[in-house]
Amino acid sequence: MLVLFTMQSDPAQPPLPSDDKRWKIVEATARRHGREPNALIETLHTVQECFGYLDETALRFVASTLRAPLSRVYGVATFYHYFSLKPQGKHTCVVCTGTACYIKGAPALLAAVEKTHGIRPGETTTDGELSLLTARCLGSCGLAPAAVVDGVVLGKVSAAGLLARVEKGIHP
Amino acid sequence: MTLDELRKIADTERQAQQKFPHHVCVCIAAGCLSSGADLVRDALQKEVAETGMSHEVLVKGVGCMGLCSAGPLVAVETATFANVTPEQAPDIVRGLDTGSDTAGDGLQHCAADMPFFQRQKKIVLENSGKIDPERIEDYIAHDGYRALVAAIAEMSPQEIVATMVQSGLRGRGGAGYPTGLKWSTVAKTGEQEKYVICNADEGDPGAFMDRAVLESDPHRVLEGMAIAAYAVGAQRGFIYVRAEYPLAVKHLKTAIKQAERLGLLGNNICNSRFSFHIDIRLGAGAFVCGEETALIASVEGKRGTPRPRPPYPAQEGLWGCPTLINNVETFANVAPILRNGAAWFAAIGTEKSKGTKVFALAGRVTNTGLIEVPMGMTLREIIQDIGGGVPDGKRLKAVQTGGPSGGCIAEEKLDSPVDYESLKNVGSMMGSGGMIVMDETSCMVDVAKYFTEFCMSESCGKCVPCRAGTQQMLHLLEKIAGGQSTPADLVVLEELCDLVRNTSLCGLGQTAPNGILSTLKYFRHEYQQHIAGGPCPTCRPTEVAP
Repeated sequence: MLVLFTMQSDPAQPPLPSDDKRWKIVEATARRHGREPNALIETLHTVQECFGYLDETALRFVASTLRAPLSRVYGVATFYHYFSLKPQGKHTCVVCTGTACYIKGAPALLAAVEKTHGIRPGETTTDGELSLLTARCLGSCGLAPAAVVDGVVLGKVSAAGLLARVEKGIHP
Repeated sequence: MTLDELRKIADTERQAQQKFPHHVCVCIAAGCLSSGADLVRDALQKEVAETGMSHEVLVKGVGCMGLCSAGPLVAVETATFANVTPEQAPDIVRGLDTGSDTAGDGLQHCAADMPFFQRQKKIVLENSGKIDPERIEDYIAHDGYRALVAAIAEMSPQEIVATMVQSGLRGRGGAGYPTGLKWSTVAKTGEQEKYVICNADEGDPGAFMDRAVLESDPHRVLEGMAIAAYAVGAQRGFIYVRAEYPLAVKHLKTAIKQAERLGLLGNNICNSRFSFHIDIRLGAGAFVCGEETALIASVEGKRGTPRPRPPYPAQEGLWGCPTLINNVETFANVAPILRNGAAWFAAIGTEKSKGTKVFALAGRVTNTGLIEVPMGMTLREIIQDIGGGVPDGKRLKAVQTGGPSGGCIAEEKLDSPVDYESLKNVGSMMGSGGMIVMDETSCMVDVAKYFTEFCMSESCGKCVPCRAGTQQMLHLLEKIAGGQSTPADLVVLEELCDLVRNTSLCGLGQTAPNGILSTLKYFRHEYQQHIAGGPCPTCRPTEVAP
């Protein structure tokens, strides 16, 4: 009973999962929003920005620091496309599949990367080098079809051009 | 901050800019940035410094100039250059010096009299491509914040709401609900905690209007929100913006800080009793969050699922408080309306749709980019005159407006004017402003399948008609596209569309069948060809989505 009592009355925060400095940044976001459960999405954004993806340790930590049920944290993390529960490859290739890009040949771009690297959208090559992703719309419709390789937007890109750029990223 | 102080800032800024005989504006909005505009700007700055012209030439990064397909764009006093490379920087700078804009060989000109620029009317985008979005002084020098300061000093909240009602402005997010009416509903809820939310969750594929406004002229949105908050009596505001728009988020954050520093946001704005704080909330890639009740749930940190209305957010919104939600473009219209008067705005456009509309023109059209036209212009004028028609000698087949919620409009209906009612009558909708042109190489069954697949994967799963219905619709479309269907499938598909449209909880489900229904309306023969098993003349099986 004593243990239960101290748990309820003690507002102390859960310890950081490790002494990795990035947890302090996550902590800071939660603190800035008063550790309210409504800061959940903002905090998950910070985790993903710091670590690249959300793993179980992160979800558990966010749940306890915001005093939100783990089920709700997991529910939100899986509801939104932007959050990833798997680590990304060293390099990423995002093909825009917005309407303008679709009309102008995004499916051919996707097919080329899929065939050459043997991965489907959302997957990472077994050597962890490349992740293939799709975007709903990059908003670069004026430059359709568009893709993003390692953060660099390529406009009016051809399948060959995209493959060459991906290759250059992996083997510079 | 008073009007006099504001005028002083504007005058100082104008004088500082006029010290430079030459201005070189480089578009550094997302479109041109992807084409390497930052390198062009750096090269120009370096060239100016090296040639000792730092006191004569002002190189300025500005927002979207509109013609994204020809980026990077660089504008000097006398000309606009397209497809500029960093290597051309010396040519451009030399051209300024000699006073002739044709000095540099290989520079591509955009003729100032080309219909793309001539046929547009800019209200929302008036500063876009002219001002530095990261400097509040530049916005103030272009009449920025004058409407807000004047409103607080000289107008009562009731007068502002009345002005909005008289202007006839309707929501630019797609549905076209009268903005003034929405404001007055929130204003009438009495004195209590209220919120203003700016919906910048531009999830439609093929739409980038809101992003361009936020990137190019963020202060305009903040000013609109602050005026709205003053008019309805709100104390706090949120901008719900897509995390996929990092540049827009960066410019917004800078803009909020700058406005707070000058006392145009924050506590006791302009030494009045009015206080208003704006926070940014990042979206996380859920299309359904464009729906207002789902957006509110997301701001509260929950899964973005909609709830039945009423009660409308104007009565019970964020954390149960009255909440005003408007789209980016709607807020961007507010300051010009207050500055120029409701009658000025109401004189533009058609009887029921006032003002202008920003469109993201894309797809199989020569000039792709961002345009703003008065309501009432026909689709054909937009595509042929502004867009420059379909390239490569192909035939125009259809135009898609309104994103996944809208529909495809066949070529023969292109003479219908762009306004809320007319677009609805031809089976589509205004939507937020994506406009995608398709030529004869697009198979309409494939297009319908694309949009249905989108709606299915974006369905939040809360209500059955949308969750299960979109899946069955896609299944039937796949059968039809694959040539394995019977005429009976088409009957079932139409019944299903009717059911999903009438029984879904929110706008996503209610409009999900539009893609199918509109293509069926104009291109039924293509469906029938697929069903009959004959080769569809336009289908390109190699390019069908996985």
